[in-house]
Amino acid sequence: MKFFRALHERGGINLTIFYDPFDMSRFIHGLYLTVVLFLICAVASVLLGLFAVAFLTLPYRVPRAIVRGYVAFFRNTPPLVQIYFFYFGLGALVPTSRNAYGLPVAMVNNFDWALIALSLYAGAFNVEIFRAGIEAIHHSIVEAATALGYSKAATFLHVMVPLAWRISLPALSNNLIELLKTTTLAYAIGVPELLYVSNQIWSDNINTFAMMNVLMVVYLLLVGVVAIAMHRWERVLKLPGFGAAR
Amino acid sequence: MSDPFIKLHDVYKSFHDTPVLRGVSVDIAKGEVICIIGPSGSGKSTILRCINALTPVDQGFIQVGSIQVTSKNLDMVALCHCVGMVFQQYNLFPHRTVLQNVSMAPIQVLKQNKAEVTERARALLDKVKLGHRANAYPGELSGGQQQRVAIARALCMQPQAILFDEVTAALDPEMVGEVLTVIKQIANEGMTCVVVTHEMGFAREVADRIYFTDGGLIVESGPPDEFFANPADERTRSFLSKVL
Repeated sequence: MKFFRALHERGGINLTIFYDPFDMSRFIHGLYLTVVLFLICAVASVLLGLFAVAFLTLPYRVPRAIVRGYVAFFRNTPPLVQIYFFYFGLGALVPTSRNAYGLPVAMVNNFDWALIALSLYAGAFNVEIFRAGIEAIHHSIVEAATALGYSKAATFLHVMVPLAWRISLPALSNNLIELLKTTTLAYAIGVPELLYVSNQIWSDNINTFAMMNVLMVVYLLLVGVVAIAMHRWERVLKLPGFGAAR
Repeated sequence: MSDPFIKLHDVYKSFHDTPVLRGVSVDIAKGEVICIIGPSGSGKSTILRCINALTPVDQGFIQVGSIQVTSKNLDMVALCHCVGMVFQQYNLFPHRTVLQNVSMAPIQVLKQNKAEVTERARALLDKVKLGHRANAYPGELSGGQQQRVAIARALCMQPQAILFDEVTAALDPEMVGEVLTVIKQIANEGMTCVVVTHEMGFAREVADRIYFTDGGLIVESGPPDEFFANPADERTRSFLSKVL
């Protein structure tokens, strides 16, 4: 702490987040919200993608059309517009309750809307990523499962998902990295995530340049962790004779 | 033949207006080994795929044991328990080890006891001389080894008949022998086998009957000695003159 105070007083680099307890706690809370937002949206969007792609493999027209409509809607509109649409558009339709002081409290708050919007946004891309994975599986493998008595659902679960997952991982890593960066858009509806709190901090301390650098480094590290973790996972799941030769 | 185990009666099948089977009737007795030979596109593989319902027929009747394959409410699990299939490209599951490939369907589909199935799977792997590769992945095996695993996988379902669909066509010549030896062994043990093959020597050696298909029809059939010595039909003669 002393070091960073000295760095400010003598070096002119004002990193309040390292010596001011208030700024430090806001910053850590922002970082925490960004990580939580990312983790929940990542899991939700992957599950959403898997369910949606399961519908795509069904021989029924209506569920397939619903999935295609969903993908088109969320892929063809900007994520910031989606977040606004959910928060200001749909948010206005959601009933409010009253808190202890009699003030209105939305049943779905801005953080929840950010979760919903970002999960749906990333999920739409995951559908296409998993679809590519499913379509890359040679139909003869599926046929072998059928000839062993596996039902369509069991084949999907025991054969198609494990193989498609491996094929999809590199593209999925891309999308999850994109999702992590897109969490900054939650700023726009006042979710105090990393970018939002950083803005508060640089507004209070006029240390914009220092905070910009902090932000860059933090995101670089966060994305780095995700990229390395996904790459590790790819290596762990790598199968001999399946996929690229190495 | 009073009571055939596998019975196809007047089966028709077209793919997008291209007729592949144009009235195929075959009766196969229990324990019989039959080989189906014929030029590419003559419908050999389609006959096999119709027997285990991988390909739905347009018209006709197929029965395996007491199972009516062409019935609307076909019990696919019962059929797959009864008839196994081995494919040209092995089609092993690349994400499962050799042992898991062999044991997974009896455990997951037939809901049999895991320990018993695993024991049976190990015995079958020993039988196809691959007991030492039980924990390898299919991608680590040669084509011939993979095909022997595929045969063990079919056997682990304890079927009453096995369909072999050009199982040596994708193999190097030196691996063909090891696979044929396994099939011969199974055939000699009394398994009902329907073998689509281009290996004429093998067909002559193991088959009880040979069927020759051309243009979606069974042109001619007979015991191998008779079939190869005195083919009756002109198309059979012309085909044999090219491959023998």
